[in-house]
Amino acid sequence: MTWWELFWGFFVANVLGYGGGPSSIPLMQEEIVNHYGWLTNEQFSDVLAVGNALPGPIATKIAAFVGYQEAGWIGFVIATLATVAPSAVALILLLRILNHYRQSSVVKGMTLLVQPVIAIMMAVLTWEMAGVSVGSIGIWQSLGIAAVALWAMTKGWIHPALVIVAAFAYGGLVLSHTV
Amino acid sequence: MAEGTGTYKELILAMGRTGILGYGGGPSIIPLIRYEAVTRYNWLDDEEFGEILALANALPGPIATKMAAQLGYRLKGTAGAVVAVLAHILPTSIAMVALLGVLYALRHSKYVAGMIAAVRPVIVVMLALMAYEFAAKAWKGLGKAMGIGFGLLAFTLLSVIDIHPGIVVAVFLAYGAVHLKLVDRLKQRPGQGKGVSS
Repeated sequence: MTWWELFWGFFVANVLGYGGGPSSIPLMQEEIVNHYGWLTNEQFSDVLAVGNALPGPIATKIAAFVGYQEAGWIGFVIATLATVAPSAVALILLLRILNHYRQSSVVKGMTLLVQPVIAIMMAVLTWEMAGVSVGSIGIWQSLGIAAVALWAMTKGWIHPALVIVAAFAYGGLVLSHTV
Repeated sequence: MAEGTGTYKELILAMGRTGILGYGGGPSIIPLIRYEAVTRYNWLDDEEFGEILALANALPGPIATKMAAQLGYRLKGTAGAVVAVLAHILPTSIAMVALLGVLYALRHSKYVAGMIAAVRPVIVVMLALMAYEFAAKAWKGLGKAMGIGFGLLAFTLLSVIDIHPGIVVAVFLAYGAVHLKLVDRLKQRPGQGKGVSS
């Protein structure tokens, strides 16, 4: 049953995600946290942190970890497969059959209309994760770290992975005395 | 026209490299994949790469793995597709499991607890930036009024009425399929012809 749920959960989240892995993040959170309860929002935040600190596609890393946690290496394979295979097979088949759909107003309109939905889901997820953070280290620490991170990533042009590593260092050295 | 020849070794090296060196999720990896496939190994030319990318963008799901699968398939058939995807995602997927395993095993250490706590606001900022990027794309593609309108509609459906996101996305996709035609027709100021497409 878990195997089927793993497959279905990750299949749904990724088949609905237009615009690459990142657009699937809120959809995966819906399945992983809200629907199946495989992780709490706190844990999902940790997974995003480690996932963003490591290189490579993000959706497959999340799938691999959650699958492994729920059902060992078989779960790892099933969740990864459900994430990657459907869209990869679809692309190969589509390229074999025909090539002119990408210009159609149908596909363009679909890609366009999914953007506001993803934006809202992402905003809601941001709000929830902010709540998690305030709950664990309070509002001022959260705001301070967030402000520095925002500056570093938008104005300072510091690589996000480095920002995460810096936050890990700050937390290990400073916050470990207060948490 | 570049010829589609390459060995499994090249395929594994190219896709392994792009998986390990690409930061920031699939979309940011695309230039690296282009470099390996077009510039370094000359499996295809830029034009064809662009065509595959355009079609891949029209399909749902992670983008980098779609590209890896197609490039592998193009070189070596189905087995090539499998090899390419595995080389691309396995190293970091396994690193993910190992790293999180260590982190959770040490969860009770106050240092690790502090590390996890400090990184949460950073994740909030990253998610907020992504939300902003998607909103900006919607705004730009749909126009100010419609971008905000569809955003509000999505918010109402998702958070006020609490409909499953899958259904909301499906509904927006379905409408999106006819959206541009509708806009076109409205722009042409119908006058008399209703329901008749030219």
